Amino acid sequence: MSESLPMAGASAQVNAAGLSKNDYRGAPSTLCVGCGHNSIANQIVAVAYELNIVPENIVKFSGIGCSSKSPTYFLNRSFGFNGLHGRMPSLATGALFADVSLKGLGVSGDGDTASIGMGQFKHAMRRNLNMVYIVENNGVYGLTKGQFSATADVGLELKKQGKNLYHPIDICMEAMASRATFVARLFAGNAKQLKEVLKAAIAHRGIAVIDIISPCVTFNNQEGTYYSYTYGKEKEEPLHDVTFHFASDATQNTLTYVPQKEEIKLEADMVEGEIREVKLHDGSFITLKALEKHYDPTDRMNAIRTLEEAGDNGWLLTGILYANPEAPALPDLYRLTDSPLNRLTEKDLRPAPDTIAKLNAMMF
Amino acid sequence: MTEQVVNDFSITVGTPNGSGSSTANNTILRAIFKMGIPVSGKNLLPSNIQGLPTWYTIRVSGQGFLARREDQEIVINLNAQSFAKDLASVKSGGAFYYEDSIKQPIARTDIAIYPMPVKKIVREIPDLPANLRDLVSNMVYVGILAQMIGMDKEKIELALKFHFKGKEKPVALNMAAVHAGAQWAAANLEKKDPYFLQAMNKTDGLIMTDGNTAGALGSIYGGVQFVGWYPITPATSLAEALSEYLPKLRSDAEGKHTFAIVQAEDELAAIGMTIGAGWGGLRSMTSTSGPGLSLMTEYLGLAYFAEVPVVVWDVVRMGPSTGLPTRTAQSDLSFISHIGHGDTDSVILLPGDINECFEFGWKAFDIAERLQTPVYVVIDMDFGMNQWMTEPFRYPETPMDRGKILWEEDLEKITDFGRYKDLDGDGIPYRTVPGNRHPRSAYFTRGTGHDDHAKYSEDPNVWHANMERLKQKFQTARQYVPQPVLHGEGSPVGIIAFGSTDPAIEEGRYQMEQEAGLKTDYMRVRALPCTPEVGEFIRNHERIYIVEQNRDGQLHAWLTARNPEYATRFISIAYSDGLPPTAKWVKTAILEKEQN
Repeated sequence: MSESLPMAGASAQVNAAGLSKNDYRGAPSTLCVGCGHNSIANQIVAVAYELNIVPENIVKFSGIGCSSKSPTYFLNRSFGFNGLHGRMPSLATGALFADVSLKGLGVSGDGDTASIGMGQFKHAMRRNLNMVYIVENNGVYGLTKGQFSATADVGLELKKQGKNLYHPIDICMEAMASRATFVARLFAGNAKQLKEVLKAAIAHRGIAVIDIISPCVTFNNQEGTYYSYTYGKEKEEPLHDVTFHFASDATQNTLTYVPQKEEIKLEADMVEGEIREVKLHDGSFITLKALEKHYDPTDRMNAIRTLEEAGDNGWLLTGILYANPEAPALPDLYRLTDSPLNRLTEKDLRPAPDTIAKLNAMMF
Repeated sequence: MTEQVVNDFSITVGTPNGSGSSTANNTILRAIFKMGIPVSGKNLLPSNIQGLPTWYTIRVSGQGFLARREDQEIVINLNAQSFAKDLASVKSGGAFYYEDSIKQPIARTDIAIYPMPVKKIVREIPDLPANLRDLVSNMVYVGILAQMIGMDKEKIELALKFHFKGKEKPVALNMAAVHAGAQWAAANLEKKDPYFLQAMNKTDGLIMTDGNTAGALGSIYGGVQFVGWYPITPATSLAEALSEYLPKLRSDAEGKHTFAIVQAEDELAAIGMTIGAGWGGLRSMTSTSGPGLSLMTEYLGLAYFAEVPVVVWDVVRMGPSTGLPTRTAQSDLSFISHIGHGDTDSVILLPGDINECFEFGWKAFDIAERLQTPVYVVIDMDFGMNQWMTEPFRYPETPMDRGKILWEEDLEKITDFGRYKDLDGDGIPYRTVPGNRHPRSAYFTRGTGHDDHAKYSEDPNVWHANMERLKQKFQTARQYVPQPVLHGEGSPVGIIAFGSTDPAIEEGRYQMEQEAGLKTDYMRVRALPCTPEVGEFIRNHERIYIVEQNRDGQLHAWLTARNPEYATRFISIAYSDGLPPTAKWVKTAILEKEQN
């Protein structure tokens, strides 16, 4: 097992898990050049490397669509399951019971989540699956060549479709309504914020929904529309500057190969009152530096109000809208054996022979 | 009075649904069982919580025949709505008991009529609080019947102790009503019909339970680790039995569970979870019925193609569509055998009694993991929700077969792991599961075309070879599925059937031999694909009646498609109306064809 790990000290280009960036890569992307989804896949590779994650500790999931193809473009050494359209959450729910030390990393799209998958999406929130749930949201169906999705703006005009008659669904709002424990909205073009929030989402125990506005350069990139690249570039309004910090007692960080040690250094220009700290389950934490005004991501009502306001005004607010790191995740609600369920053997799984007579006696 | 008829009659009780009569009816069933007399009981109930007419029919048979009968010798009516129908249903010479506040005309003079002043009898039970009268009133007719046909009151008490899990107070209250009914009958009714019970020893050592409970318990001994399910009649009680017994039988020394159960938001999610867990290396199952199975279809196609082991119990109800949710049929066989779009084949287990529900419960996991494919266990409402006497459950006689699964140490010995490589030539590849920390363990599972390393491929040769391998795997399945059960030999006339028609066929064969001198050989198929014995049976019989409870003869179609050279030997006997089949139907249908 150790043979494929690089020799200690052999190269400077390995992380604390002894892995090089190559160990986190996937197959080459087959999506369009310039697709927002590719930059997200690249950031996942970078983040996993920087977090020293052992890829075997992550399980990838996806549904159907352009977004759902992307799990093959990162973390080759992680198991993955490309399921059915809109039904990634149920697949992940069952699979993550196999070994609850595994972390789910799901990638879906706006069609896959907000149209066909709305039911399963909301139940995944309600159950607080231990999974990062990325929605690569571009308001349009790509693989079937340019139909409106449920997140498309009302009044949007597309070449073959004409005008969109219906109001959009706000994925973050749906997540909030279903009591998601971590909700963020990001813009695929903002690499730094994407990276830091992704790290926080991975460290979060429970469901972490990241709705990433990820422009479709082929079918929905008209100047001035919400999902266009230029709109994001010009109008994105970050709620805060997010910085992820490793756990000071890093033995708690179960996904990484080796314990982390990092001294927290607050930037010199941060003064008290401007910085908000949110501690995550594994001891790591994020600092949020206020920008124009203070935003408290632990205030659920405020998150909902903020989303409502942004929706009404077409504001592309980005950042961590809500985080509740203390809520129990799905496996915490079950009283499972210490050993992963999928390592149990016949001895553990088949009741002893003497039970059968007792059982028969119970049958009248 | 004519000569006594002992241990050979049917009793049917007609009540309004939701009136609490099931305790009373089950008590009658269990008391007769404990008297050592072979007995079966069936709910013929509406899809309704309260109000509509419901019937419970009990077959008493010293000879051991347990199928439903069309003739009803004893009918008990406590429902004005079904009074006329129930009265008309009594066989000539039989007995009709009714609750005497129902005032409707009774024109029949060919049967014994017994009015029962149930309310009055209950009121006169000493020390019975008024608010409990309704609760125990059904036990009054149990007491009256006990007195009139000779049902042992000690056995009634045993049945009640079982029902109330030994709690003394409800047992005493209900027994008070039984005694009150019996005493009233002794003092006021004159026996005018010939039907009596007499204790035997033919149920010694047997147990009594329903197919859903047996299936759940078998699954537990099969090591089930994950259950994703959604409520649906008549499968709900299977998942509920898992919830009841798993914590008792499958907690470790510290009380920690070796399983997880999730009630899903719908069947789309139930099967998604089940497949996710099966993929993750857990022994994973769901239970459902027709409409649920329709919703699960797309995911099951993926599980077939991506080769994920799961066990799916289908407790069949009447379809198509919502159909008759509380009525029984064998009508999902065609649907399941090629479930999903594209070319598929399904491995189907077909228990033919309650004991086999237990046995196939644990075997299904071995077969699913060995073959890496969904395995369907198909029973029906009659098995699933009715109480049956059966042999005691037997502890699994073979160790678990976890199939071709590779862990870290196995991968150390392999230089090139390919998820879908057929290394053994049996069509079954090797698999790894998430949680395996070996750097070469992972692969990407997909419903899209894939090569033997699970990589996406549209190569025509790759597609074709993969589908042929899956077909070969289905042939391999023949080595692992249960063999058929054969009754009789040497007759040119054969019968092939499966599942819950068994009691009607056994009795029908007896009647055909007794009444028409027709001997038949009978093969009960216990799995699809069929093992070689079925082919041999087909070759060795001139005419083969394929008996089943559906409209189109679905097993007949399955066998015809796979044995076209013998198609002219097959004669379909297929009928479905929601009621469990009778020997009379089997006999009449076959004799009609034989005499033509």
